[in-house]
Amino acid sequence: MATDTSALVLESVHAYYGHSHVLHGVSLRLDEGRLLALLGRNGAGKTTTIMCIAGLLQAREGSIRMFGRALGRLAPEFIARAGVRLVPQGRRIFPSLTVQENLAVAEQKRAGGSPWSFARVYELFPRLRERHRQGAGSLSGGEQQMLAIGRALMGNPKVLLMDEPSEGLAPLIVAEVGRAIEQIKREGLSIILVEQNFKLALDLADDVVVINTGQVAFSGSADAVRAENELVTQHLGVF
Amino acid sequence: MQFWQIQTLNSFALGGLLFLLSSGFALIFGLMRIANLTHGALFMLGAYAAVSAMRAGFGLALAAVIAALSVAVVGGLIERLVLRRLSGNAQGQVLATLGLSFIASDFCLIVWGGDTIPIQTPAMFQAPLRFMGLIFPTYRLVVVGIAVVVGMVLYLLMERTRLGAMIRAGVDDMQMARAVGIRASALFTTVFCLGALLAGLGGAVGGPIFSAYPGLDSDMLSLALIVVILGGIGSLVGTFVASFIIGFIYTFGTALLPDLAYVILFLPMVIVIAFRPTGLFGTIRT
Ligand SMILES: Nc1ncnc2c1ncn2[C@@H]1O[C@H](COP(=O)(O)OP(=O)(O)OP(=O)(O)O)[C@@H](O)[C@H]1O
Ligand SMILES: [Mg+2]
Repeated sequence: MATDTSALVLESVHAYYGHSHVLHGVSLRLDEGRLLALLGRNGAGKTTTIMCIAGLLQAREGSIRMFGRALGRLAPEFIARAGVRLVPQGRRIFPSLTVQENLAVAEQKRAGGSPWSFARVYELFPRLRERHRQGAGSLSGGEQQMLAIGRALMGNPKVLLMDEPSEGLAPLIVAEVGRAIEQIKREGLSIILVEQNFKLALDLADDVVVINTGQVAFSGSADAVRAENELVTQHLGVF
Repeated sequence: MQFWQIQTLNSFALGGLLFLLSSGFALIFGLMRIANLTHGALFMLGAYAAVSAMRAGFGLALAAVIAALSVAVVGGLIERLVLRRLSGNAQGQVLATLGLSFIASDFCLIVWGGDTIPIQTPAMFQAPLRFMGLIFPTYRLVVVGIAVVVGMVLYLLMERTRLGAMIRAGVDDMQMARAVGIRASALFTTVFCLGALLAGLGGAVGGPIFSAYPGLDSDMLSLALIVVILGGIGSLVGTFVASFIIGFIYTFGTALLPDLAYVILFLPMVIVIAFRPTGLFGTIRT
């Protein structure tokens, strides 16, 4: 396993909030250039998993590796610098910064090539260019989501984590965000996408992992899930 | 006539010094959520450091630079060696900064003694300015000028540079700031040094007005707390305006109603806390 060069490998990760044990040994693998949909009901532990990868929550047990490099004990800023960038649930853009400043503070060039820049982000989301001098706090929900995605891309990530990017958005905006994710994926980026929007996730995904009460309940290819919808719905129930 | 005019200028000068003191305090609180109770002591250290630098033969301007830089180093050490170990423990940090400020005042007592040490106004500013039949103490005007310039530089730093944007991002959401790769540790040290530098500069520049004396630290700390509560945390403009408001209230309060000076000073603060807990301009609740 030491030579494993999958984009991201989690091995039996356990996480707690205080005394409450939330992740009970989550293992998953994201291969390079693929999009893995991480699904599960409300409170299943999706965000907790994402937070552990980003280092915003310290996993108590288990290991997390990115292209073979252990991230386990790194502080969040060093995980970000190593190449994991996050589009968090609830967007969490910096409201007192302008659009442009939100992108600027996240900018990082990488020795191995930096495909993303202000120009490329504005090309992906022309609306952000129109509003680049505007305070980010005054953007609409959809624009804030685009900004959160753009901000993550400015770090030229090797692995992109997206936590419910379609949450609370109007259908038209969801479609726009979906197209953007598709385009990002075509760049060859390795992505974990958490979604409650089952259809959006399945349209984009190569692989699917379902978690339930902090454990992996299903793991397989998106093709298999698309062929046999029951497979996942029995784990998810709600969809 | 002369009374009002002199007191008005005194108010502006005090306001300027309060701004040098409080802007750093507010910056540190906004970013690190630490009520840095050493801030009064850092101001006092600035005054005493200027005393020593001037005894060594430097003029006040150079002494102020030396004082500001040495106090910045002290601030950096406090952050790295003490507060860093207490991150996430707000109560511990408050107690530690309080303890450190006691240590600092004892240190000053040992090194510089218990008597008030006057600091000479530079010769070039000793003669009062005469303008339209009015007389102005020149150095007070210089202090106001320094505060305004520092205020503008700070404003540009915060609003026009990447470092400023990183600080504001940290004030908005520190966890998310780290998740975009901003190094919290370096940012905290930078901001703490900057806040200490401004306090030290204030102590030195204020020297000819206040002198250096034991107790300068607690006098200044209480004023800084009032300014920050009035102006609101996380607002440079708020700190600026509140500094001058308090400068006026304190100067005229002590001159006109010396018995009620503290009532006059703390009353606006109580009213603000009761009716506008974010301060006049701020966005973060104190
Ligand atoms: N800060 C916290 N403190 C304590 N418990 C928490 C905290 N955050 C989440 N939890 C609990 O941990 C469990 C997993 O939460 P998590 O946020 O990971 O779920 P999720 O799958 O992302 O759900 P959703 O789809 O609603 O976002 C839930 O039972 C939740 O109540
Ligand atoms: Mg979630």
